[in-house]
Amino acid sequence: MAESRHTPLYPLYKDQAKLTEFGGYVMPLQFTGIIAEHQAVRTAAGMFDVSHMGEVRVAGRDAVALLNRLLTVDVERIAVGAAKYTFMLHEDGGTLDDMLVYRLGNDEFLLVPNAANTGRVLAWTMTVRAREGYALDVDDLSPGVALLAVQGPKASEMVRALAGETDQARLSALGPFRFVENVTLAGAPVMIASRTGYTGEDGYELFIDADEAPAVWTALLAHGASAGLVPCGLGARDTLRLEAGLPLYGHELSDAISPLEAGLEAFVHWDKAVPFIGQAALKRQKDAGIPRRLVGLVLDGRAPARGGYAVYADAADDVPVGVVTSGAPSPTLGRPIAMALVDAARAGGASTLHVDVRGRRFPARVVPLPFYRRDRKK
Amino acid sequence: MEFPAGLKYSKEHEWVRVDGTKAYIGITDFAQDELGDIVYVELPEVGAELVAGESFGSVESVKTVSELYAPVSGKVVEVNGRLADEPELVNRAPYADGWMIVVEMRDPAELEALLDAEGYRAHVAE
Repeated sequence: MAESRHTPLYPLYKDQAKLTEFGGYVMPLQFTGIIAEHQAVRTAAGMFDVSHMGEVRVAGRDAVALLNRLLTVDVERIAVGAAKYTFMLHEDGGTLDDMLVYRLGNDEFLLVPNAANTGRVLAWTMTVRAREGYALDVDDLSPGVALLAVQGPKASEMVRALAGETDQARLSALGPFRFVENVTLAGAPVMIASRTGYTGEDGYELFIDADEAPAVWTALLAHGASAGLVPCGLGARDTLRLEAGLPLYGHELSDAISPLEAGLEAFVHWDKAVPFIGQAALKRQKDAGIPRRLVGLVLDGRAPARGGYAVYADAADDVPVGVVTSGAPSPTLGRPIAMALVDAARAGGASTLHVDVRGRRFPARVVPLPFYRRDRKK
Repeated sequence: MEFPAGLKYSKEHEWVRVDGTKAYIGITDFAQDELGDIVYVELPEVGAELVAGESFGSVESVKTVSELYAPVSGKVVEVNGRLADEPELVNRAPYADGWMIVVEMRDPAELEALLDAEGYRAHVAE
């Protein structure tokens, strides 16, 4: 087992946060408490060190061609300055990773894979490049890049408050899934500021040179704390993304779970000029009828459902119809919520299933995802 | 971090307050702090027989489930019903309103196997 790595921001919070191991990194699990941090992001703002995420730059003449083989979305249709959520699949249609792809230029892209998958995303990208003879560069920038997410209804104005007039205007102009390069925040250069996140709230994700990131973290806290900005750990990040119905690799998606089963066909483009790797297998799954579907569950009672718990159609049944992929108490709903992969026949709306919580079965209502959607009125 | 004198402590982070042959049982300040926000407590029914060292329930935080281990043997004579709707009392007042059960002890000599406050403080500092 390789020793866990530290992010560039680790020295700033190592004595303040409860720490956990995730994706090969020592990461903050919580600062003051998961529920308080969760609520801060829903009502004001939170900042997260997510530097464990990978950054892989793909650039060169055949970048579009290679990425269209590797990714399920049509990268041709991504505008320069836009980011898109997508999947990299195995030949059998299982998910190798989910990620954002940023189009930096006509022939230049940035992939942001999950920490635990960055190595295999890199390896698979190199393998396909060699096998199919594409000409382009693939560079792992991860060790030198920090990623800081600032999320919440007040997050955007807090980030912009650290920018000069010109950059403020550039940042304000960004719609969802749009980004700008080379802005200055609190005197520090930020490589990419993107209007993206993993919490269901507005905000930015900031890609910063590892040496410059501590200055931005410190300045954000100094300026934002009085308006409610708090540092947040992976615990709150997980409950926030769960409420927002966002998948986490290893739970809702995996080598054995396809994007169709996870209900994410919107990020699969079937009509590309060249089919993506895994397309044939995925199409077969679609044509044969997708056997299981991801559903949202809201449980009766207070006992939290957790990943791995069995799901039954009836409280007295012996044979489960599915399994919880992620579950937690929802701070916003005040009830336990879960996502579960269940037999397609049981995934219809308005049904009630039962979750086995360590020997006791609790009724769980099937509800549409997400559990939480932010109020977008200004 | 509080370690009240006069309580007995188990290495599994339960505390015991002895009142005659009765034992009030809860989890320590250290345990609640390690767990973080407590969202669910599963306790036995009144009348249940506990065996020292065996699980008698569980306490769940946002992220984790932890078993509760009986520090002494005996019959459960009272359960803190408030925890069903206010599990956060365990975080707020682990030695007071966050108590969990009262046990009529079968063998008070079992208390001798538990730690005192200083012993427990040293145990968690390890």
